[in-house]
Amino acid sequence: MCFEAKRLLKLALGPVLMLMSVVALASGGEASQVNMSPGATQVGERIYDLHMIILGICTIIGVLVFGVMFYSIIYHRKSKGFKPAHFHESTKVEIAWTVVPFLILIGMAVPATSTLLEIYDFEDAEMDILITGYQWKWKYEYINENGENVSFFSNLRTPQSEIYNSQPKGEHYLLEVDEPVVIPVDTKVRFLVTANDVIHSWWVPELAVKKDAIPGFINEAWTRASEEGIFRGQCAELCGKDHGFMPIVVNVVSKAEYNDWLAVKQAEAAEIKELMAQTFTMDELMERGEAVYARACLACHGANGEGGVGKAIAGSPIATGDLGTHLDVGINGVPGTAMQAFGGQLNDVEMAAVITYQRNAFGNNMGDTVQPIDVYNYKKG
Amino acid sequence: MGDHHHGPAKGLSRWLFTTNHKDIGTMYLWFSFAMFILGGFFAMIIRAELFQPGLQLVDPAFFNQMTTLHGLIMVFGAIMPSFVGLANWMIPMMIGAPDMALPRMNNWSFWILPPTFLLLASTLFMEGGAPAAGWTFYAPLSTTYAPPSVTYFIFCIHVLGLSSIMGSINIIATVMNMRAPGMTYMKMPLFVWTWLITAFLLVAVMPVLAGAVTMMLMDVHFGTSFFSAAGGGDPVLFQHVFWFFGHPEVYIIILPAFGVVSQIIPAFSRKPLFGYDSMVYATASIAFLSFIVWAHHMYTVGMPVAGELFFMYATMLIAVPTGVKVFNWITTMWRGALSFETPMLFCIGFLVLFTIGGFTGLMLSIAPADFQYHDSYFVVAHFHYVMVAGAVFSMSAAVYYWLPKWCGRMYNETMGKTHFWISFIGFNLTFFPQHFVGLAGMPRRIPDYALQFADFNMMSSIGAFIYGASQILFLYNVIATIVAGKPTSEEKVWDGAEGLEWTIPTPAPYHTFETPPKIDPAHAHS
Amino acid sequence: MTSQTSTEYAKYYVPEKSKLAVCATIGLVLSIFGAASIMNDMTFGDPGQETSSWTIFLLGLFFFIATLFNWFRITIKENIAGMNSAQLKKSYVLGMFWFIFSEVMFFFAFFGALFYVRVLVGPWLAGEGEGGRMNGLLWEGFSFSWPLMQTPQEAVGGAGAQLIANNGSFTSANTSLSFNDAHAWWAWLPLWNTLVLLSSSFTCHLAHMGILNGNRSKFNFWLAVTVLLGMIFLGLQYMEYHEAYVEYGLTLNAGIYGSTFFMLTGFHGFHVFMGMTMLLIQLLRSVVGKQFTADDHFGFEASSWYWHFVDVVWVFLFLFVYIL
Ligand code: HEA
Ligand code: HEA
Ligand code: HEC
Ligand code: CUA
Ligand SMILES: [Cu+2]
Repeated sequence: MCFEAKRLLKLALGPVLMLMSVVALASGGEASQVNMSPGATQVGERIYDLHMIILGICTIIGVLVFGVMFYSIIYHRKSKGFKPAHFHESTKVEIAWTVVPFLILIGMAVPATSTLLEIYDFEDAEMDILITGYQWKWKYEYINENGENVSFFSNLRTPQSEIYNSQPKGEHYLLEVDEPVVIPVDTKVRFLVTANDVIHSWWVPELAVKKDAIPGFINEAWTRASEEGIFRGQCAELCGKDHGFMPIVVNVVSKAEYNDWLAVKQAEAAEIKELMAQTFTMDELMERGEAVYARACLACHGANGEGGVGKAIAGSPIATGDLGTHLDVGINGVPGTAMQAFGGQLNDVEMAAVITYQRNAFGNNMGDTVQPIDVYNYKKG
Repeated sequence: MGDHHHGPAKGLSRWLFTTNHKDIGTMYLWFSFAMFILGGFFAMIIRAELFQPGLQLVDPAFFNQMTTLHGLIMVFGAIMPSFVGLANWMIPMMIGAPDMALPRMNNWSFWILPPTFLLLASTLFMEGGAPAAGWTFYAPLSTTYAPPSVTYFIFCIHVLGLSSIMGSINIIATVMNMRAPGMTYMKMPLFVWTWLITAFLLVAVMPVLAGAVTMMLMDVHFGTSFFSAAGGGDPVLFQHVFWFFGHPEVYIIILPAFGVVSQIIPAFSRKPLFGYDSMVYATASIAFLSFIVWAHHMYTVGMPVAGELFFMYATMLIAVPTGVKVFNWITTMWRGALSFETPMLFCIGFLVLFTIGGFTGLMLSIAPADFQYHDSYFVVAHFHYVMVAGAVFSMSAAVYYWLPKWCGRMYNETMGKTHFWISFIGFNLTFFPQHFVGLAGMPRRIPDYALQFADFNMMSSIGAFIYGASQILFLYNVIATIVAGKPTSEEKVWDGAEGLEWTIPTPAPYHTFETPPKIDPAHAHS
Repeated sequence: MTSQTSTEYAKYYVPEKSKLAVCATIGLVLSIFGAASIMNDMTFGDPGQETSSWTIFLLGLFFFIATLFNWFRITIKENIAGMNSAQLKKSYVLGMFWFIFSEVMFFFAFFGALFYVRVLVGPWLAGEGEGGRMNGLLWEGFSFSWPLMQTPQEAVGGAGAQLIANNGSFTSANTSLSFNDAHAWWAWLPLWNTLVLLSSSFTCHLAHMGILNGNRSKFNFWLAVTVLLGMIFLGLQYMEYHEAYVEYGLTLNAGIYGSTFFMLTGFHGFHVFMGMTMLLIQLLRSVVGKQFTADDHFGFEASSWYWHFVDVVWVFLFLFVYIL
């Protein structure tokens, strides 16, 4: 854009921005954010510029249009004895105000198109992360050619007590997770976005990424963060009850730090692999199972297996019946109900433990244990 | 039987069995106001929950039901029927017809609505609660993951569609067939024009919505896989079908409002409408374009870039004909002899705020920028600017403008102006800050939010209560006028008003134009 | 009755008060409430429990149909009594035209869905093209062809092996109904269906010529033939569905091919049924009531337009569902 035009823009935007900041200041001690943030990527900056250009053009047009209108309102009043004119047509004027806006629109479309094409350029990504939306958490899977994928779930960390106002809210209220995604700085990272149940949308404003997670389809998006830091976002597509409670936290770190982190994660994964091959005693399974139950099932099935959103586990014909059916419900869920398929969310150790737990807690005394290998075999069919 | 000039029947049966366009119009108007209160009540619950961070009043599942029903009831129950009511009252009077073309069907179109909305609202009390997937009810949240009440919801949509289609067919037949001799198309008042085009849009897209919900019904109950990738379908298919309906739907909401404004501004400018012909062409172009822009609601679903570009360019184009309309209105005011009675105030409010809403619409249409705006409160701000300050304001203007003609009594001007100013301030206080929180990253459809959004949300909630309260004044003013307003019998209630409806006695007799009026060939359209 | 005394303008008949609308509403709302309840009982209900859903539905439907019957009866009587001006008749013409237009748009939605799925979604799921470049990760081994004889779910080894959760289970058909899969052209039902329906459009036209020439017996004869052809079509369609379900495993559950197939042909079949009923009523009006004259037979004309519309939809169906 030429210099003059830029000045004009600034001139027009001045009042708007001033208004924004006055409102922001008046409304609370420190200024609330009133505008889009350019964020931490180059694409984000381009989008921000584009946003400011269109906002500026609209403001200029608005000032002109409303200016004419208010002139008329002030000077052409009946109460001032103004006598009405009678003109009601002019083809020339009509053509002018069809063509001029059209040209302005072309002016906007040009930078919009080039920005869009840049966003759609997925070539040369240096790493891939598969992001899967679940009701109501995110799963991240670092795809690795050697098959040593690192994967984990990322849940909301804000405690219920803060949400229900019995404790003061922390600084990152609702925008904090138990395990953030970690990506290296200055690296083109490709996100492969999908969902397990309903549609979600992965949105981190400062990374300039918003992509819908469609169950059964993989969408691509990418980012290249140019500074280190912690960036927060939220699920942006209505996905049911807890749509407001599935935040995203991205930790952008130096490449070295990233490699260390990845190594730790890979070691953890290897450890779990080892565990999978082990045989556990009843007590070990019950102990692990209790923890898994509390984390994954309790919300629906109740602290004492009494049920709630889900059916009661205490005395349930399934939890006290055929083991295969019980495993099936745990792994594949019950289609069409809130009972999801947990096969992909819990690893085999966890699944074995929680099924054992359900069969032996809350007065269900089946006395049988399930080993990770049983789960593995069941999944294999 | 046989008697000539008869008034309305007495009692309930007058309303239940009527075939009179004015009675039916009146019922539509009252019904839509009742729905406006209900939808507004839900909005108040939303705003009350969002007053502060944290969960205070309702649980998240119920919040989603509120959002969903608020959107549905406002769009299908409040705005659309209110304009159909206006069409019923005014179109026959504006074109010199004795009544609507198909009077019994007209009554049926209306009576379908109340029990259907009752059924829709009753889903709140069903097991699993009301549908909670938003007014756009995207699959599979609205199918596989929906509560059982979704089945009732689907059938409600079917019959609402039926009602709209019959209503529109009636309007089309009336306008095409019942114009008084000499009332050529290019002499029709713009309100009639905009409604003719709206009716066409309705007949074209309501069946598509019916198709969308039918596919949902099949997926929920009969095992089909339209919206399930596992069977070879696609959840995004739902969005395409929905928005093929949904985008024209938003112009269905706004075009009659354009019509109203085009009637009122000339009246209070005491000057003929500028650029009548171009207004007609602009309306038609908007309607045409509305069929090819639907995917601008879906920029983030992962379309190929060519699709993205096509929908972006097509959407941006809509600014051109809409701009023509805005410029024509302003030029109509230019060098008129303006006066500022309540209807005019609401029209000026409309002009300013709708244009702002249009600008944000244009911003949303820029695909790369929409990646940041989409599903944030910026979108919520956009569509309330065009729908509340657009459609609702123009509806208020219309009521103030024609009420004296309808009931032969004048409303209280001071109260009307007060209503306007409180509405105007309350409205902006509610929705202007929503632009800010949206840009700062607050997603829509959430019952609780991060701390940095707290201040603006509180402002917004306060504004909403003010705006809501101003509607009490409106209701009171209207009832007081009907019951005890200052009687007026001037045919032309407003000195600058033009059109056939101002040539008949005030209040408008039960039957008008049993003999078609003579249209002065030299007379310009109003 | 309101009427006009204007001499320069024909009377436009505005009916007095009428109970029809309210009765039709009661019937309609009861029947949708009943229908929704029936479906919910079926999907979410407890099979052992008695419910009154069917009673409500049938009651509502009966009331609705009775009201509609009455409605048309009254309209016809008014017309015979000479209350309808040429202008009113034009309103009916417009009404019917725009009603058919709305039906066109209804089918448009389903055809749109079919094209979208065939042209875009299928290839994406198979990992082709810009939109679906990475989908191989989810549906490894799925390859796309139309008719879709193996769902993505089956390609990965059933619901259990699929990476995403609960979206139902879809068992693919073993044979499609498209032309390429037919044993022999003469055993291919859709071909016969097409012939039946196309010729019925023709006979319908002959009936129209009959009434236009004031030849009632010709009218009755060809109209009867048309209705009969309609019935034959429905019979063949029934056979085809039976064959699909029992022999080919082609069901509503058979993935998107089964879904679109039954949706399109099913709604079309329903429209044939409606159109046939309408024509049957016109036939009875002519045979029993000696109604219709050479210049006043709108009931028949409207039904015949509907019939031609249904026929045109079939041509598209035949092309896009069965052949291409
Ligand atoms: C009355 C209803 C109404 C109207 C009239 C409009 C008008 C417009 N809308 Fe809006 N819109 C909605 C109702 C409406 N919208 C709703 C309900 C949603 C959300 C749905 C949901 O998700 O729930 C939505 C969402 C929505 C989106 C999707 C946002 C998202 O979800 O990410 C987009 C994107 O393109 C958009 C664009 C536009 C445009 C370009 C116009 C244009 O028609 C505006 C044209 C007008 C002007 C531009 C102003 C006047 C013109 C001039 C003065 C001329 C000169 C100007 C220039 C050359 C700049 N709208
Ligand atoms: C034309 C349609 C229309 C109208 C008129 C309105 C009117 C209002 N809307 Fe609406 N809104 C939508 C259409 C509309 N809305 C749609 C389509 C959505 C999207 C839904 C979705 O996401 O699925 C939405 C979503 C929506 C949201 C976002 C919810 C979310 O994302 O979670 C909010 C939040 O503030 C909101 C607020 C309001 C308010 C405060 C009003 C006010 O203007 C209402 C004022 C009216 C009254 C209050 C009633 C009358 C008043 C009285 C009888 C007096 C008594 C009242 C008091 C004393 C307070 N609306
Ligand atoms: C989001 C809610 C939810 C969560 C979390 C949940 N369940 Fe369930 N569960 C349900 C629902 C709902 C049902 C009832 C399904 C039906 O209608 O058959 C159910 C049913 C069951 C049953 C069958 C009970 C019976 O008698 O029919 C078992 C076993 C079960 N769940 C195990 C688990 C396990 C193991 C976990 C955790 C790893 C878990 N559930 C987590 C909702 C949930
Ligand atoms: Cu996940 Cu919203
Ligand atoms: Cu739109």
